[in-house]
Amino acid sequence: MNSVNTIDFRTKKFRAGSFFFTGLTGLATILILAILATILTDVVYNGWGTLSWHFVSTIPKKDFFDSKTTGVLPMIIGTASRVFVMTLFVLPIGVITAIYLTEYAPNTSVITRIIRAAVNNLAGVPSIVFGLFGLGFFVNFVGKNLDVLFHHPTAVWGQPAIIWASLTLAVMTMPVVIVATEEALKAVPQGLREASLALGGTKLQTIIKIVLPQALPGILTGGILAVSRAAGEVAPILFTGVAYYMASLPQHLTDQFMDLGYHVFVLSTQSPNIQQTEPILYATVLVLLILTFALNLVAIFIRSNMRRKMRSLH
Amino acid sequence: MAEITLPKISPTELRPLAAGAGAPLIEITDLSLYYGASKALKNISLSLGEKVVTAFIGPSGCGKSTLLRCLNRMNDLIDNVRIEGAVTIGGHDINGANVDVIELRKRVGMVFQKSNPFPKSIYENVAYGLRLHGVKDKSEMDGVVEQSLRGAALWDEVKDRLHSSALGLSGGQQQRLCIARAIAIRPEIILMDEPASALDPIATTRIEELILELKKEFTIVIVTHNMQQAARISDYTAFFYIGELIEFDTTTRIFTNPSKRQTEDYVTGRFG
Repeated sequence: MNSVNTIDFRTKKFRAGSFFFTGLTGLATILILAILATILTDVVYNGWGTLSWHFVSTIPKKDFFDSKTTGVLPMIIGTASRVFVMTLFVLPIGVITAIYLTEYAPNTSVITRIIRAAVNNLAGVPSIVFGLFGLGFFVNFVGKNLDVLFHHPTAVWGQPAIIWASLTLAVMTMPVVIVATEEALKAVPQGLREASLALGGTKLQTIIKIVLPQALPGILTGGILAVSRAAGEVAPILFTGVAYYMASLPQHLTDQFMDLGYHVFVLSTQSPNIQQTEPILYATVLVLLILTFALNLVAIFIRSNMRRKMRSLH
Repeated sequence: MAEITLPKISPTELRPLAAGAGAPLIEITDLSLYYGASKALKNISLSLGEKVVTAFIGPSGCGKSTLLRCLNRMNDLIDNVRIEGAVTIGGHDINGANVDVIELRKRVGMVFQKSNPFPKSIYENVAYGLRLHGVKDKSEMDGVVEQSLRGAALWDEVKDRLHSSALGLSGGQQQRLCIARAIAIRPEIILMDEPASALDPIATTRIEELILELKKEFTIVIVTHNMQQAARISDYTAFFYIGELIEFDTTTRIFTNPSKRQTEDYVTGRFG
C-alpha cells in the first residue's frame, strides 16, 4: 500500500517531459535571437562603412551605382512620406471601423460577420495583389476620373503618385489596425461603459470620453505594427507610385517618389558592377532599417508617454 | 455652500413627483423579462415609495439585479432582452416609445457592485456627469464636486488630493466616490447593486451609514446578499426567488413575521 507516509519528497525526481519542453522553448528563443543577430550584424558590418552624412543627404545623379557620389535622400523622404500619408488614412478609418464592430454592430448579425470575414481575408491577400488593385482602382479609376472631373488636359491624378501608393498601403495595413483597435476596445472594462451610461452619457460621449482614451495605447500599437509592415513593403507601391529615378525631390502628393525598399531591389538587380554596388546596397538596407526603427521609436515614445500620463493623471 | 443649479433638463415624459415621503414613486406592474426564450422575471408587481430605502433580497440568480436594472433601463445594453408589463416612475411609463433614456438615467442614478471609478482624477470623476450635461462654470463645478463628496462622506479624506487619480483610493473610498459621482447630477432615485459586497466590514459600515443619510434626499433601491444589511438599512424589503416576487413588506415584518414560509426560511438562513 502506498500511504502518504511512504512518499519521499526529499529527493528531487528528474522529470524528462518537463525538462525537454523547457529546453525546447529556450532553444526556440535562442534560434530567433540568432537569426535576428545574424541579419543585423551582416547589415551593420557591411553597410556601416558607406553610411555617412553625405550618403543620407545627397540627391544622386542618374547613375547611382557609384559609391563615392551616390546618396539616398530622395529615398528616405519618399519612404517616410508614403508611410506618413498612409498613417493619416489608415488610423482614422481603421479605428472607426473597429469602433463600429465592437461598440455598435450587433455581434450576431450577418453584416457584422461579413465585415469580420472581409477584414480577415484582407489580411491574407498577397501584397502584389494590393499593388495591382491600387493601380486598377486608385490610379486608373479614381485618379483618371479626378482628372476628368477637374478638366486636366494632362494626367495629374491619373498616374502613379505618393497619394495612391499611400492609399494602397493603407488598404493593406487596415486589418492590422482594425484588429489591434478591436482588442484594445474589448479590453476596456464594461463597468466603465456602464458607469458613464448610468450617469446619462450617450453612447458617443461614453466612447469618446471613456473608452477611446483607455484604448489609445493599444490603438497606437496597431499603428506601430502598420508602420513597420508598410515601411518595408515594395510590391504594393510598384505600380502605384515608386520611380526608378527622379532628379528632384517630390513636391506634391501627386508626384512619384523614390523608395528605399525599391532602391534596394534596383541596386541588387540593375547594377552593371555588382562588387562596386554592394556597399551601397548594404548601406541602403541599413538606412531602411534605421528609418523603420526610428518611426517605431516615435510611436513607442508617444505611447509610453500616454500611458504615463494615464497613470499619473494631470 | 453654493446652491446647486443643474443645467435645464429638457422636458421629459416624467411629470414632477408628488411630495411626501413614502408616496409611491416607482410602480412595477406585471413585469416579465426574457433573455431570449428564458423568462428571468415572472410577472412582478411592486410599488416603491419615495425617499425610503427598499431592499431586494434573494439567492443568486433570483432576478433581483435584473429587476434593478429595469428601473434605469440598463438592460437595454444587453442583446436579446425582451420586457413585458410596465415600469412607471412618477406615473410615466419608462419603456414608452418617446422616453429619452438619457434623461431617464439622469434622474435614476446607479451604483454598481464592483466600484468602477473612471481612470481620471477624483475631481474629474465627480465632475464627469456634470460635464456630460453641459456644466462649464468652474466655481459652480467646484461647488457641486465638494457638496457631492461631502454627501458621500468622502470630502475630508480626499480634499487635499482632488486632482490625483481615483484609482489610488481604497476599495471603500472608490465605492463612496462612485456614490458621489452618482449624486452629483442630483438624481431622484439611486439604484445600488450590492454596493458593499466587495468591501471589508468597516468600509461596509460606512456605506450603510451613508445610505441612511442619503435617504433623506433620495429614493434608494438596493440589491443585497447580506440579510443583516437589508435589515439595518431598509424600510421595505422585497424577497425574490427564481424570478418571482415571493413577498414584499416592511423590513420589520419580513424579518420578524413574514407571511410566506419561503421568506422565513431564507431570512433565517435555512436555505439560499
